[in-house]
Amino acid sequence: MASVGATIPFILGSEEGRLMLQRQMHERKVPTRDGKIIGYVHSTESFGAVDGPGIRFVVFMQGCNMRCQFCHNPDTWRKNVGTEMTTDEILQMALPYRQFWGEKGGITLSGGEIMLQTEFALELFTKCKKLGINTCLDTCGQPFTRRQPWFDNFKKLMKVTDILLVDIKHINSDEHRKLTGFRNENILDMCEFLSDINKPVWIRHVLIPERTDFDNYLIQLGDYIKTLHNVEKVEVLPYHTMGVHKYREMGIKYKLDGIEPPTPERVRNAEKLLHVADYRGYLE
Amino acid sequence: MKQLEKRVESKAWEGFSGGNWQSEVDIRDFIQQNFKQYNGDESFLEDATPATKALNDRLVALKLEERAAGGVLDADTKVVSTITSHGPGYLDKTLEKIVGLQTDKPLKKALMPYGGIRMAKDALESYGLKLDPEMEYFFNDLSKTHNQGVFDAYTPDVKRARHYKIVTGLPDAYGRGRIVGDFPRIALYGIDYLVASKLDDLDNYGDGEMTDSVIQMREEISEQIRALNQIKDMAASYGYDISQPATTAQEAIQWLYFGYLAAIKQQNGAAMSIGRVDTFIDIFVERDIERGILNEKEAQELIDQFTMKLRMVSFIRTPEYNSLFSGNPIWATLSLAGMGIDGEHHVTKTAFRFLNTLKNMGAAPEPNITLLWSQKLPDTFKRYAAAVSVESSTIQYENDDLMRKQWGTDYYAIACCVSAQPVANGIQYFGARANLAKTVLYAINGGKDEIGKAQVGPAYEPISSEYIDYDEFMQKFDAMIDWLADVYVNALNTIHYMHDKYYYESAQLALKDTRLDRTFATGISGLSVAADSISAIKYGHVKVIRDEDGIAVDFKADNDFPRYGNNDERADEIAVWLVKSLYTKMNKHHLYRGSKLSTSVLTITSNVVYGKNTGTTPNGRQKGEPFAPGANPAYGAEESGALASLLSVAKLPYKYATDGISNTFAVTPTTLGHDEDLQKDTLVNMINGYMKNNGHHLNINVFNRETLLDAQVHPEKYPTLTIRVSGYCVYFADLTKEQQDDVISRTFHQTM
Repeated sequence: MASVGATIPFILGSEEGRLMLQRQMHERKVPTRDGKIIGYVHSTESFGAVDGPGIRFVVFMQGCNMRCQFCHNPDTWRKNVGTEMTTDEILQMALPYRQFWGEKGGITLSGGEIMLQTEFALELFTKCKKLGINTCLDTCGQPFTRRQPWFDNFKKLMKVTDILLVDIKHINSDEHRKLTGFRNENILDMCEFLSDINKPVWIRHVLIPERTDFDNYLIQLGDYIKTLHNVEKVEVLPYHTMGVHKYREMGIKYKLDGIEPPTPERVRNAEKLLHVADYRGYLE
Repeated sequence: MKQLEKRVESKAWEGFSGGNWQSEVDIRDFIQQNFKQYNGDESFLEDATPATKALNDRLVALKLEERAAGGVLDADTKVVSTITSHGPGYLDKTLEKIVGLQTDKPLKKALMPYGGIRMAKDALESYGLKLDPEMEYFFNDLSKTHNQGVFDAYTPDVKRARHYKIVTGLPDAYGRGRIVGDFPRIALYGIDYLVASKLDDLDNYGDGEMTDSVIQMREEISEQIRALNQIKDMAASYGYDISQPATTAQEAIQWLYFGYLAAIKQQNGAAMSIGRVDTFIDIFVERDIERGILNEKEAQELIDQFTMKLRMVSFIRTPEYNSLFSGNPIWATLSLAGMGIDGEHHVTKTAFRFLNTLKNMGAAPEPNITLLWSQKLPDTFKRYAAAVSVESSTIQYENDDLMRKQWGTDYYAIACCVSAQPVANGIQYFGARANLAKTVLYAINGGKDEIGKAQVGPAYEPISSEYIDYDEFMQKFDAMIDWLADVYVNALNTIHYMHDKYYYESAQLALKDTRLDRTFATGISGLSVAADSISAIKYGHVKVIRDEDGIAVDFKADNDFPRYGNNDERADEIAVWLVKSLYTKMNKHHLYRGSKLSTSVLTITSNVVYGKNTGTTPNGRQKGEPFAPGANPAYGAEESGALASLLSVAKLPYKYATDGISNTFAVTPTTLGHDEDLQKDTLVNMINGYMKNNGHHLNINVFNRETLLDAQVHPEKYPTLTIRVSGYCVYFADLTKEQQDDVISRTFHQTM
């Protein structure tokens, strides 16, 4: 477990680090068991009501490159560990709950960062669509690139994805890098690509005092979201401290010590600046 | 029917579509011919009128005063409550649209000794009041009550089982309740017609042999006729002549409420349900609105004030009773909506109006609002109910699709906490519950009570090995359930014989068909503890730790084992088997008056007391720790999330447990969604999913644990915070500290 915190920080933010991760991603061999694609799963939740439309079966994948200072699931960072599962095994777990999903619910792949395991997502969602199950990806977009073959695979994935939850961590790229270890240009590029293909998204933004809760950045982000044509919902997620104990358990320094959750007034302010009330598509 | 032609002429019925209901008592047919579906949303609803607000403020103040005084402000010590024992009483005569109190003053408790004179005396004494000596003389020396009759007949075996609490909460010292009168009959037909109809029944009962049962029935019909005339007299004391049908919505509600009032003046039953009156009332409201003599504001006022009366019902109880059923519930259960057997939903504007009372007058535990849920109810109504649940946690949901099919009628109501009952011709003999977790221990200890150390069950060979062998255990457990079924059914047969003899429910039964379908209700407590304990024995390799008397007082499972509540077939099938097994064994017995066996998995708040009286169990639950309520999985057993837990409970077969399978669910608001629309969606989908999987009953509580912790420390900040416990709704402040702790420690479903 010590390696979780230890190996990544030195490369964070550096060009060298970025290239290394990209190389890793492109050279990655799709993991299989008995010829079947497997995914590294951190955990599952049968009753996800805040992870896309309706009630959803949520699969939290293991592994993420970003090191968001506020991340409440640092235990999902490490890659190529966790429970190895095939897509059939996931479906077998999820399907008993189908009658709770209603018209809008279904399966959400979350993380960690699901887009580090796109082959797995593609296979699972292809099967879902055959069964008429609504599919949702919960991503931060960090692995997004238009380089091949990754981009083609992503485009195929979009054909079987009904909706995406996209976290924009910070609108300002420098601040984004400080907060997460990565710049945001490719993430915004993904948002624009999704807008171009008119794929429905819910945009989410974590409101953190002293990090993201500044009017000027919120206004910029609000303006940016307005340029997209595919946004059905915008959510302000107030920063909370419920995951802090995990840092202690894992022996990682928590960088937001002393920062309290935002006040209800600031949350309302952010909702106003992000024009949350304008996005009602999710109700239809 | 003699009066048929006259009835058709009745002016009171103008504007109604005719049908069979005009030629004989048939409320279902009247509803079927006349009700008007409503598919819209809640936007038509009106706020409370100033009169309602003033009355409600007065009532809330009185209730807080009563709570501060320890639970009773005033009580009769000399006047025995009957239908006509008291003159009229009012909250504020000038403001009340619907009138009638249990006694002559609001919240003043009535003296109801027929269930048991000792209970009545103890109840008064626990509030510092003294029963009039003449009453004691009368009921001890000159006459007798239900309780005395029961104890004259109980066998030593039953007395032991009761004393050591393997069966508990038996209605042997208070009214058994759970009989839903078809109260609308008074409104639609008037008392005189109902009397004539019962006289007709009397004429036709017993022209053949005068057997015991015919003699009993003829006496009962005569009692019913007497009660009907008394209801008329009682109404007259309030200035109403109810001999003829009601002519307006106000009269219809008032007439049917007089029927209910008679029931609660006569009986202090464990549950005194009002039934299913929403569509019936709606027909009268709609007619008045069409006639231009009532507007929406006034319609809401009638519903608010009727509901307010249901909020005022209370009985004086002993502390022991309160520890079982905390917060003084009376289960004035009000069933709403549901579907017709013809596939048409029964959502009317009045169903909305009843839910709106929670907004207009604030949350309150009574009436016990029960939504009869079908997949086919309009979404607008489902979403409104979900919003009310999020706001006030006061609604319970029951599976109408399941119940309609099982009971074969769409005119049933919830008779108690959760059990269905055909309104026109069904009654239930309430029978509390048996402790299955303790039965597991009796099987291990050879019938010896693990706490009292006495030989209570049959002295079979105890398990003497260090580790429990599953096959050996099952053999012993099977024999012990046989004994439990014997002793439990014997107790109930005695109780219901005596209840009919000494405390017959003439007012409620006067408002039902003379020929009844009876069910013999039994119940199970400790189901999840028993199921997990058996699973531990089967899969966990359980070691027994015994005390110096050789009684198993602790257990250690070497291996992990599956637990009920995770949608894991291995454990869930044990729970299913337990329900079927006890049912099958009880069903071998003679059941009083040809009744049909039913059972429930329902504990009310008695899960705390049952746990207190049960030693450490093989699943790891420690001695004295509460059981989970109703059919809920055991504490800490649910590791697979909310829906897995729901799926496990939904597997329990309703066919065997037609008295209800109660599931109490707590969830934090943010888990349901980040905004109100999503929260409503989630609840609707969740209930739909549960019911599609044949789940029977669901209490839904939406709040944060922090709120309850704060309410425990600062009750003054939350005087009307209500929560749902197994089968009813209660002010959190009225729970004992132990029960509050129990609720707080239960599983809250939440995600981060």
